[in-house]
Amino acid sequence: MVHQVHLMKVFAPDVARAAKPGQFVMIRIDEQGERIPLTIADHDVGEGSVTIIFQEMGKTTKQLATLNAQDELQDFVGPLGTPSEIDKLGTVVMVGGGVGVAPAYPQVKAYKAAGNKVITIIGARSENLLILEEEMRAVSDELLVCTDDGTKGHHGFVTDVLQKLLQGGEHVDRVVAIGPPIMMRAVAGVTKTFGIQTIVSLNPIMIDGTGMCGGCRVSVDGKTKFACVDGPEFDAHKVDFNLLMSRLAFYRDEEGTSIKKHECTCGGEQ
Amino acid sequence: MASRQPMPLQDPEERRKNFNEVALGYTEEQAVAEATRCIQCKDPKCVQGCPVNIDIPAFIACIAERDFDEAIRIIKLTNALPAVCGRVCPQEVQCEQYCVLAKKGQPIAIGRLERFAADHESISDIAAPHKVKPTGKNVAVVGSGPAGLTAAADLAKAGHSVTIFESLHEPGGVLTYGIPEFRLPKAIVRQEVDYIKNLGVDIKVDHVIGKIKTLDELRTEFDAVFLGTGAGLPNFMDIEGENLNGVYSANEFLTRVNLMKAFRFPDYDTPIRRGKNVIVVGGGNVAMDAARCALRLGADEVSIVYRRSEDELPARREEVENAKEEGIIFRLLTNPVRILGDDKMNVKGVECIRMELGEPDASGRRRPVPLKGSEHEIEADIVIIAIGTSPNPIIFSGTDGLKSTSKGTIVVDGSGMSSLAGVYAGGDVVTGAATVISAMGAGKLAARTINDRLGGQ
Repeated sequence: MVHQVHLMKVFAPDVARAAKPGQFVMIRIDEQGERIPLTIADHDVGEGSVTIIFQEMGKTTKQLATLNAQDELQDFVGPLGTPSEIDKLGTVVMVGGGVGVAPAYPQVKAYKAAGNKVITIIGARSENLLILEEEMRAVSDELLVCTDDGTKGHHGFVTDVLQKLLQGGEHVDRVVAIGPPIMMRAVAGVTKTFGIQTIVSLNPIMIDGTGMCGGCRVSVDGKTKFACVDGPEFDAHKVDFNLLMSRLAFYRDEEGTSIKKHECTCGGEQ
Repeated sequence: MASRQPMPLQDPEERRKNFNEVALGYTEEQAVAEATRCIQCKDPKCVQGCPVNIDIPAFIACIAERDFDEAIRIIKLTNALPAVCGRVCPQEVQCEQYCVLAKKGQPIAIGRLERFAADHESISDIAAPHKVKPTGKNVAVVGSGPAGLTAAADLAKAGHSVTIFESLHEPGGVLTYGIPEFRLPKAIVRQEVDYIKNLGVDIKVDHVIGKIKTLDELRTEFDAVFLGTGAGLPNFMDIEGENLNGVYSANEFLTRVNLMKAFRFPDYDTPIRRGKNVIVVGGGNVAMDAARCALRLGADEVSIVYRRSEDELPARREEVENAKEEGIIFRLLTNPVRILGDDKMNVKGVECIRMELGEPDASGRRRPVPLKGSEHEIEADIVIIAIGTSPNPIIFSGTDGLKSTSKGTIVVDGSGMSSLAGVYAGGDVVTGAATVISAMGAGKLAARTINDRLGGQ
């Protein structure tokens, strides 16, 4: 799609048939592979396909990026997690940052279909990293774009745009934010001062995605929750983002080792 | 009379550094010598201690006569997983406890002989079981652990078309993700699973029932459904610091090692943090497994922290002995109060308190009571919580009317039937976490009930 961000349609008719917005899949590329969670970006029952959009981050996503059409994944498990609660609320602001714009897309469609006015804010570091702009424009009542470096739309963060929108007096019933934890934490900070209900979709490290390992535990309102089954969506104002971020960084050294090994066997970075 | 043949073991100094099987298995001579000790009781008591009713004296007589093929054939009439059972069943509280020779402290080593017969088969590769006439009925089995595999095998043998749905990418349930390689090699599990596939059972991995399909959907697609979904949800202690980096549930730790092969990182992609000082909380077989894995991953010191005394350890005696031989430290009558972290939210230790045993509680065991003022800190960079598991509620999603208890276990009658018509259950999902063999017994019982209703052979 853009630099190091890829879209993949996976033929998985049973998963496509059962999938709902907000849910995710676990994938494993090969026998030696790890299981990683990826949020579903779209699904097509007629075609039997599930769309995932991912950014090259760790070894697995880098390897995933090397696959070609018709290649097979070893495992594709889903749909997992509790679906988003999509109600008719009035006005919903959807905030998507970076590759988080992808899982926001089916939610925008669903909120719209439920009869809401949907204002979408999408952001990326730079114009060349912005995804799904036209798709989002087509399904949103209003689309606001921003980039960290000002190469497209507003020069700044999604939170600046959100803050301005709310200060402008727009009545908003719910904000949904999906993106890097640091962005979701910032969005939660903004909406808290306005007293607007806010939902975030968390993506911690997990193995099975079915509640079995407990590796994905997050603290919500002081209580431990398993993101894979109790979430992945939670009340943003109750999430302990510091814990989330520290747990996400736990295997950083090992991740480095893995990437290095992968790049050696791949003959260096493309 | 000759004494019980000891099991040859890998040397403790060696085995604490590798993941190869600890118990090496009887040689032919040892097996025959052991089998010859059996006095072939007219009214054998051992069989009543076997949840899957193996004709124990008969298979032992075959081993004594060196007819090993016939020995395994007899076992497989009622037990689809003998190589597993021969390794992980607590025979000391089952068949062997009832052996008349047990009174003299020298029961026949039934489990070791079962393992010998099963391993003989895997070496000599006996012909596949014959196929039976199909009944035209189909049965869904949810979960491919000991309960599901046993139910599937019996139902397939009766002529029903059986499909197993497994949520993970490998069949076997706890045999695959939970029990480590050094106690139950995964090649053995695969052989047992292959045998069940040879019976005609179709295994669909990566299928989370409750998500990709609901139980209600299965009920419309199949004539009967058996739920053997186990107790896969890890319990935590709910103490301060439990979400710090470096605190694992035993399930996560063991799944990383066993299912995902993290001990071979980076050849396998899944990482695991190799601790220097590891504390495992709990005293069951799972705690022993986790501790011994941590040691093999290269820890300097691994301690079991358990709140009762040695006598109450729920783990098999044999596993406790093995763990001690390998150098696992047992900090008994000790309970964690909170887990301590550094400024980066990594574990740096555990604050524990000493316990003493008071009056017996509901379980009949003496209740541990904290000793005031005995708080102390133990250094640790990895903490593994192995205090038990509960059934996974995913199976209930999208389906009403499946009765469960406050502990999340499924309610069944004496024949394995649940509150929903056509739905049966057995194993840990009914009893809460228990043994492989009791789950197999429950799978067998439910298979018989299903077969009676569907009119199979």
